Amino acid sequence: MSTAAAPPALRKTALNATHRRLGAKMVDFGGWDMPVEYSGLIAEHMAVRTGVGVFDVSHMGDIQLRGPNSLAAVQRISMNDASKLKEGQAQYSALLYPNGTFVDDVIVHKFSDNDYLLVINAGTREKDVNWVRQNVRMHGAHVSDYSDLYTQLAMQGPKAVEVLRKLTDRDLDGIKNYWFTWGTVCGLHNTLIARTGYTGEDGFEIYIPSDVPTSERVWSEVLEAGREFGIVPCGLGARNTLRLESAMALYGHEISDEINVFEAGLDRYAKLDKGDFIGRDALEAVRAAGAPKRKLVGLEMTERGIARDGYAVLSPAGRKIGTVASGSPAPFLKKNIALAHLPIEFSAPGTEIAVEIRNQPVKAVVVPTPFYKRSKK
Amino acid sequence: MPDYPAAYKYTKEHEWMELNGKEGTVGITDYAQNSLGDIVFVELPKVGSSVEKGKVFGSVESVKAVSDLYSPVTGKVTAVNDELTSSPEKINTDAHGAWIMKIEVANPAEANDLLSKDAYETYIKEETH
Repeated sequence: MSTAAAPPALRKTALNATHRRLGAKMVDFGGWDMPVEYSGLIAEHMAVRTGVGVFDVSHMGDIQLRGPNSLAAVQRISMNDASKLKEGQAQYSALLYPNGTFVDDVIVHKFSDNDYLLVINAGTREKDVNWVRQNVRMHGAHVSDYSDLYTQLAMQGPKAVEVLRKLTDRDLDGIKNYWFTWGTVCGLHNTLIARTGYTGEDGFEIYIPSDVPTSERVWSEVLEAGREFGIVPCGLGARNTLRLESAMALYGHEISDEINVFEAGLDRYAKLDKGDFIGRDALEAVRAAGAPKRKLVGLEMTERGIARDGYAVLSPAGRKIGTVASGSPAPFLKKNIALAHLPIEFSAPGTEIAVEIRNQPVKAVVVPTPFYKRSKK
Repeated sequence: MPDYPAAYKYTKEHEWMELNGKEGTVGITDYAQNSLGDIVFVELPKVGSSVEKGKVFGSVESVKAVSDLYSPVTGKVTAVNDELTSSPEKINTDAHGAWIMKIEVANPAEANDLLSKDAYETYIKEETH
């Protein structure tokens, strides 16, 4: 049902024509014309959980910080402790406002002592680049926005390593989770290969040149190499249900400029003792107070109904106590799940609450997160 | 692409209705199920309740979206397809066979306003361009 060309106002990745040719249903995601599903959301979700799927995530952004003060610059803007990183290692972190709320979440990759790559969200690209430029000025680190230079493909699922193995000379077994390296992939030298992802499965993200011919060629080779493993192209629909089952945050939902790190349940990534960083003082105040006033929790529907983004969460007495940040059926778990920020007194697993669905309270219960965790083999 | 049965009438909200005398059988079209994607939830009306032409009588949900269902005509619900509660995906595999509700139609002449197969096919062709 896709038309031949993207609406002119939307941004496109290099693979836009490929997605349309494959018959993908397209959607406007943060100003980008992106595939939401190809063969079907549930099939794509299940392929990632049981085999392998491939996503075009080129809309995400890439900021590189280089120069002698790069580490100091990263440490100032990022809440996690980048001084703990070894070369070839990455960590989940966030850029914060002075009040301890989120500019964006980010994956920080250490290339070397003087060279860091920050991978950021598509919807916050320009905001993040401006934020980084402004706030590292004092350090004199050189900031480059390389977002448009890369096509980023994510191969995710238990078989992802087998697919990539056919396309590269690099020893993939030597790359642990959240580590990366460079190697020749599909004949392209010095391709960044990272064992990262947003699905809760094992997988790799590769960063290749963003020209259309190269991007199309590599995409085809990935699909061809994955054929024997049942690889399918996967869209943003499955990307969302996969990350939700794994309780991973999405900007504008679980994290935002109105939610602080403790409320988002991400305080384990904020290293308050590493030294000063933007937002540290605000977080210290929350820590000193004992606990935030509200917390992100997992919900599971216990009566028939699907909780969705923006629906009201109610106490058993019917009082509104929060809003669903993200909610959807979970295709692998076969339950209807949600994440919501609730007052601390309602945050313990086992707490009974309700979600307002079309003006009716429908029962749900607070559950531990993540909802899904892959088995360690 | 399944055919749109000539015996059915259609709405711009992508419902179909088969009318036999005063008994109407209602479902959603193949175009609708394709737009929605994998259907995971159907909210059926209550047997005995009244439905009104153009008003919401229930909903169908895919993983990603909620879609209200609009009644093609006014009448009373005489039966609902309970199978859809446990197997909502039947609408995806056979939209024109997986009926949602049967109604006793108050005024069969109301069906004259609905689209014929040809008119509906023209309508959806225009929607995708």
